[in-house]
Parts: sequence; C-alpha cells; structure tokens
Amino acid sequence: MFDNLSQRLQQTVAQLTGKGRLTEDNIQEALRNVRIALLEADVALPVVKDFLETVKSRAIGAEITQTLNPGQAFIKVVSDELTALMGTANSTLNLKAQPPVVILMAGLQGSGKTTTAAKLAKLLIDQEKKTVMLVSCDVYRPAAIKQLETLALQLNTPFFASHSHEDPATIAKAALTAASNQGCDVLIVDTAGRLHIDTDMMQEIKTLHGVMQPTETLFVVDSMTGQDAANTAKAFNDALPLTGVILTKTDGDARGGAALSIRQITGKPIKFIGVGEKIDALEAFHPDRMANRILGMGDVLTLVEEAKRKIDEKQAQKVAKKIQKGQFDLQDFRDQLKQMQDMGGMGSLLKKLPMGLKLPQSAVDDKMFVQFTAMIDSMTLQERRYPALIKGSRKIRIAQGSGTQVPDVNRMLKQFMQMEKMLKKFNKKGSMKNMMRQMQGMMPPGGMPGGLPPF
Amino acid sequence: MFGFMRKKEEAVSEEQKPGLFSRLKQSLTKTRQQFTIALSQSLLGSQVSDAEFLETIETQLLMADVGVAASEKIVAHLISARAKQTTQDAPHLQEVLNTALVDILKPCEQALKISAHKPYVILMVGINGAGKTTTIGKLAKHLQAEGKKVMLAAGDTFRAAAIEQLSVWGERNQIPVISGVQGGDSAAIIFDALQAAKARDMDVVIADTAGRLHTQQHLMAELAKIKRVIGKFDSHAPHEVLLVLDAGSGQNAMQQAKQFQAATDVSGIVLTKLDGTAKGGIVFALAEELKLPIRFLGVGEAIDDLRAFNAEDFVAALFEDK
Ligand SMILES: Nc1nc2c(ncn2[C@@H]2O[C@H](COP(=O)(O)OP(=O)(O)O)[C@@H](O)[C@H]2O)c(=O)[nH]1
Ligand SMILES: Nc1nc2c(ncn2[C@@H]2O[C@H](COP(=O)(O)OP(=O)(O)O)[C@@H](O)[C@H]2O)c(=O)[nH]1
Ligand SMILES: [Mg+2]
Ligand SMILES: [Mg+2]
Repeated sequence: MFDNLSQRLQQTVAQLTGKGRLTEDNIQEALRNVRIALLEADVALPVVKDFLETVKSRAIGAEITQTLNPGQAFIKVVSDELTALMGTANSTLNLKAQPPVVILMAGLQGSGKTTTAAKLAKLLIDQEKKTVMLVSCDVYRPAAIKQLETLALQLNTPFFASHSHEDPATIAKAALTAASNQGCDVLIVDTAGRLHIDTDMMQEIKTLHGVMQPTETLFVVDSMTGQDAANTAKAFNDALPLTGVILTKTDGDARGGAALSIRQITGKPIKFIGVGEKIDALEAFHPDRMANRILGMGDVLTLVEEAKRKIDEKQAQKVAKKIQKGQFDLQDFRDQLKQMQDMGGMGSLLKKLPMGLKLPQSAVDDKMFVQFTAMIDSMTLQERRYPALIKGSRKIRIAQGSGTQVPDVNRMLKQFMQMEKMLKKFNKKGSMKNMMRQMQGMMPPGGMPGGLPPF
Repeated sequence: MFGFMRKKEEAVSEEQKPGLFSRLKQSLTKTRQQFTIALSQSLLGSQVSDAEFLETIETQLLMADVGVAASEKIVAHLISARAKQTTQDAPHLQEVLNTALVDILKPCEQALKISAHKPYVILMVGINGAGKTTTIGKLAKHLQAEGKKVMLAAGDTFRAAAIEQLSVWGERNQIPVISGVQGGDSAAIIFDALQAAKARDMDVVIADTAGRLHTQQHLMAELAKIKRVIGKFDSHAPHEVLLVLDAGSGQNAMQQAKQFQAATDVSGIVLTKLDGTAKGGIVFALAEELKLPIRFLGVGEAIDDLRAFNAEDFVAALFEDK
C-alpha cells in the first residue's frame, strides 16, 4: 500500500523531468497526483488542501538547484513538507508530576485503548522501572473490565478492581486513592470507547478528566481510519486537553494518512505506535520515519532495531553450535521460521526495507512459511531430527497431515537443505549478529534507489 | 441482571421509538449532511464549469471515503448525463446521481437467508476491533426473532476476556455459548460447538474468531484452517462467512476485504459503526470492486442496533433533506 504513493510521486518526477523549471502550469498535474495519492492514503481533505497550497508556493520558482532536476526538486518539496507536518521531535511520556501520575486513555470503540493501556504499563515497568496500577472505567462493553484485569495479571502489576454497576468517576477516584496508598508511581485509567457525537459520553469523559487531572491524556486512534479521523480527532481535542496521540494497528498495510490528519488538526504529538496485538508491541513514534515510510523510503532504522531486540542472541548461538556440529535439523528450521513470523513475517520485514531492495517473490512468500510449519508439525520427532528418513510413504502422510501435496513436501525439504547450507556459510563468518550486520551492509549508503534524490 | 448496560439500554429504547428506518436514517444523518452539502455546492448551476463541477463532486465523494475509482466513475457518469441533457437543473442531476449510486449498491442488496442446512454455520471474520463479537450478539437476537435456535461458538481464544464478552452476549440472548480456554485451539472449539449443536438440534451456529490483520499471513492461514475444519463437519459449511468491516475505516477496507475473501471465501459483509462516522462511502467502492452482498449494517452498541441493507434506503437516507 505504501508503494502506491511513492509510485505516484515517481510518475510525477517522470512527468516533470525535462521541464526547464517549475511553473504554476507544469506542476498542475503533479499536484493533482499528490492530491489523489494523499487521499488514497486517507489523509483528510482539508489537510490535503493546506498541504498542496504550501507545496505549490514552495515549488514554484526558487527551489531548483544545480543538483536536482525539476521533478526531483518537486519531490523534495513534497517530502520536506510531509516530514514537517508529521512534527519533528520524538515525544515521550511526561512523568514529572506528583505520583501517582495519572494517564487517561480516550478514543472511539475498538481503537485499541485497553490493549494500549496494558502496553504502556509494560513499557513504564520495563523501561522506566515504575510501579504502575491499571484501572478500567469501561462499565459498558461486556467484559471490558475483565479484559484489563487479565492483561494486568499477565503483567503482574496492580489492578484496581471495578464493577459495571459503578460510576466511572467514582471508580477512578477510588483507584487514585488506592494507587496513592500503595505508593504506585503511575495510574493508567482505561475508559469506554465513545463516539465524538455522543454528547452524554463526551461529558462523562470530561468529568473524568476534571476529577483525575491527568498528566497525560492520550487519544488512541486506529491507523486504518479514513477521512473521519479529522473530525473525531478535532472533537476529542476540543473536549479534552489531549497531550498526545497513539496510533494503533500500524502493523497492517494502511498507509496511515490518519496520522497526518490528526497531527495537523490537533497539533498534538503522536507519541507511540501500536505494532501488534502482543503486550510488548508498542514503539516510539518517529515523525521522520513515518513520513519516509509514506514516501516509500523504507524504515531501515526501525528494522535493524527490531531485529536486534527480537532475535534472541542465545538462541542464535545455540543454533550456530548445532550447525557447526552438523546437527541443524527440521525442528531448528521450524524455530527459525517462527522467529521470522514473530517479527511480523517477511512481508513486514521487507516493507521496512527501502524500495528497490525487494527480494524476488519466491524468496519472501509468507504463505510458504506457514505451509512449511504445518508440514514440520505433521512430522514425528524422529523425522524432524533425521530428515533423511523422510521418504515415500512418510511424505504422503506428512502431505496429508498438513493439507499439502507431496511436491510441496519435497520443496520444503529442498529449502531446508539450502538453508542449512547457507547457515553453514554464515556460520563460518561468525554469529547471527554478523548476518544482521551483513543485512545492514546490503542497504545503500543513502538515497532512494530508482533515481530519486536522497532526502 | 445486566446493570452495567443500564445507561445504554435506556438510550436505546428511547431511540427505537421512531422505527427502524428513521433510526437508520438518523444514524446516517452525518453522511446525508455531507452529501447534501456536496450537492448544493456542486449543482449550483450551469455557470459552474465542468472542471469545477468534477473537482467539487469528486472531492466530496472522496471525503466520504468513497474512494478514487468509484468516485471517478460516478463523476464521469454525471458529466456525460449533464452533457446529454438540455435541462441542467439541480433536481434532475440529483436524480441522475441518485440512480447511479443505487445502481452501484443494488447488486449488494441480498439479505442473509438461512437455508435448510442444520446447523446452518455462520463464520465471523475481520480485523481487530471491527465489531465481530458485538455483531454476533445482535445477529443472534435477529435470528431468534425469526424463530431459529441459535448457538454461539467462542472461537476467539486470543484476546483477553473475549470468551467472557461473548458469554455475556449469550446470556443476553439466553442461548448457549460453547467455549474453551484462552489460548486454546479455535478450530477445535468451533468443531465441538458444531457437534453440540447437532446433538441439541440447533438451527444456527455463529462462530466468533479472533480479530486479525489481513497482512498477518500466518493468522490468515489459521483462519483458512478453521474453515477447513468446519468443512470436515459438513462439507457445505460454513454456509455464510461474514466479513465485519468498520465503516470508519478508510481505503484500507478494500485490502481487508480482498485478503479475507482470498483466505475464506467471504460471502457477505457487515458494515459496523455507521452511527458514529460521517462517512459510509466505502460501501460504494466495495460494491464496485468486490460485488459482495452487504448483509447488515451496525448502527450502535446495543442488541437491536442491526439493520438489513437496502440500497434505495441507503441512498435515500444519504440525500433526503431534513
Ligand atoms: N494488530 C494489532 N491489533 C491491535 C493493536 N492494538 C490493539 N489491537 C487489537 O484491537 C482490538 C481492539 O483493542 P481494544 O484494546 O479492545 O480496544 P478498545 O475497545 O479501544 O479498548 C483487539 O483485538 C486488540 O488485540 C495493534 O497495535 N496491532
Ligand atoms: N458505535 C458502535 N460501536 C460498535 C458497533 N459495533 C461494535 N461496536 C463497538 O466496537 C467495539 C469493538 O467491538 P467488538 O465486537 O468487541 O469487536 P471485535 O474485536 O471485532 O469482536 C466495542 O466497544 C463495541 O461495542 C456499532 O455498530 N456502533
Ligand atoms: Mg476497551
Ligand atoms: Mg471479538
């Protein structure tokens, strides 16, 4: 999905290349392309309009230099403006207040408030060494309180029990007292999802805000939101003094134009992004990276960071040892596949690579991985350990067990042998760490492939 | 019994008074306003140049999440109609636009019909937080009102308290919910439910599943597996695969629909949260590109907030003044 915008922009470059300079006339079509691209990315129309005005005034005349052709110059203006719009700084949570510091979650139904409340708690516990209490003021959605309680239990962090017949403000006040008595550093207050046009419910959260005086009031919004993101963000921002925004479900393929809209309309920083359902799937928001991602530059830094964090060094060493001894078996192969999937699958990994670095489709097929995993799951432990055992009737059984065909099983075994070979090679050069370094080495030193200028 | 829904249920019973259709219109007021503004702006008269006309109407359609492709098609149609006509007055063009929009949606107007298969199996799929579980609660009531014996299967074993959430909807409908443990095998639980339904002579089983992003290929494969396992129970099942889409979502809804269709042969769409968003225009893009039946609209969080989809009503509700 992200490709689309950059494709359009590349088209724009092509159209403008050869033109002597940028004029109001010759950038019309380019501007229209950008407009459509941004709308396709779900950027709200008023934001698109503002944006195009700025781009237009910047693009005409002055900014063509010796090094950039007019098309490139135009793209540079688009890119610079987009980055500026996303904000400049990487924001963090403000914890400088009398403890317990209160964090209030707000947003529409299903946007990810409860999950994000737990993710924030984990982040504060792990990274800031805070004691965090969680409380739910969602007395409407069935089992909403239980949902947060389950997550708190997973985190092994204090949970203030509430009941669906209680009043949200009363619950919150009692929780604040409890958090204070227990010496908690932070109290995270989860709330029910509400529509910005539901005046009763908006009043309810205003009251809650008044009672709690939170240090952080975070608007949680789904990154797949369409044009309406602008309206809801404005309404929530008008009703509550928001301190920040959290953009969820960015592990999907929405181009995330909502991020631009919300940022522009509320002026509030996007502080974190949700990158998965698991409790640790929360990342700091980097405006420049988001803008780059939208423009198809790839998010190389995030990829490397992610890989570093997730690939367990010990596991890698264990595998390395097994390879050395010639003991790398199908079970290890399966573990490797799983690790890749945990990182969001090849698709997710590759999305973060710059354009042009796409591997051939056959090498990156996640479906194949799923199939492979199913096949290995259908094997006996012995077969996993000694793949050479897998012959005729065993192949048929494995194919049946995994809903595949014998040629698929053959393909998998071949792939396994290739991986074994490849790993042996890597292993000679060093550990998995080296492999990651090599991946980094594959990246171009800067700039986008395909003739686009480095931004 | 369900004291925690007190506030909501009061609100609902008040709102129900005007009847189903006006309630639907009420929930679409925002959409209607937007289109009305769009129209009055774009149909101001013949002074408006074709370029401006195109720009305005296309812009407004886009703003309602209609999508570039569908918008362009509608606009092109309007322009050619305008060129052919000697009278270029607004009411006439509005009629042309109305007809064009109804034409797009009409093929999707196919109500969910529960066939004689017993149990008739409905599988709910969709991304996280779209409204699957809530829609099950509403759908169960709807089907019970048609005299069906309904059972629910708690196939979301991933999200915290998802089982408890579905159980509450089961209690509200006073129908059985078959569930396992959190982290359990979704396909196995649904299979159990099918056997239980057969033993207990149920007419319909509605199976909940965990929300998943269409980009998570291993989870999509899991969904395909769930479908296969259901097929082992009854080769015709699932008889209906309902994709639940959030009306507030933008153009990404198209990708969602395509991917879920590829994984599970979606047979119908439920568009939720139409009470909350100013748009709903993604329906046109979906109808244009996927031609999937739109079975229901979700217009609130309460048990009665489910509407059958009707093309004329939908379009009329968009444009009717006051
Ligand atoms: N893939 C993905 N799912 C998420 C993310 N954040 C939340 N979810 C899921 O979205 C659904 C709704 O989340 P929930 O926290 O219940 O939303 P709430 O109604 O706003 O409290 C759940 O299925 C969550 O697991 C995210 O960043 N990525
Ligand atoms: N306003 C409104 N909220 C809805 C509608 N359908 C579902 N919801 C809410 O959206 C949130 C997520 O719904 P849920 O059924 O848990 O989604 P699931 O993750 O797909 O099962 C809950 O807070 C629901 O109450 C609807 O039609 N209108
Ligand atoms: Mg919640
Ligand atoms: Mg659910």
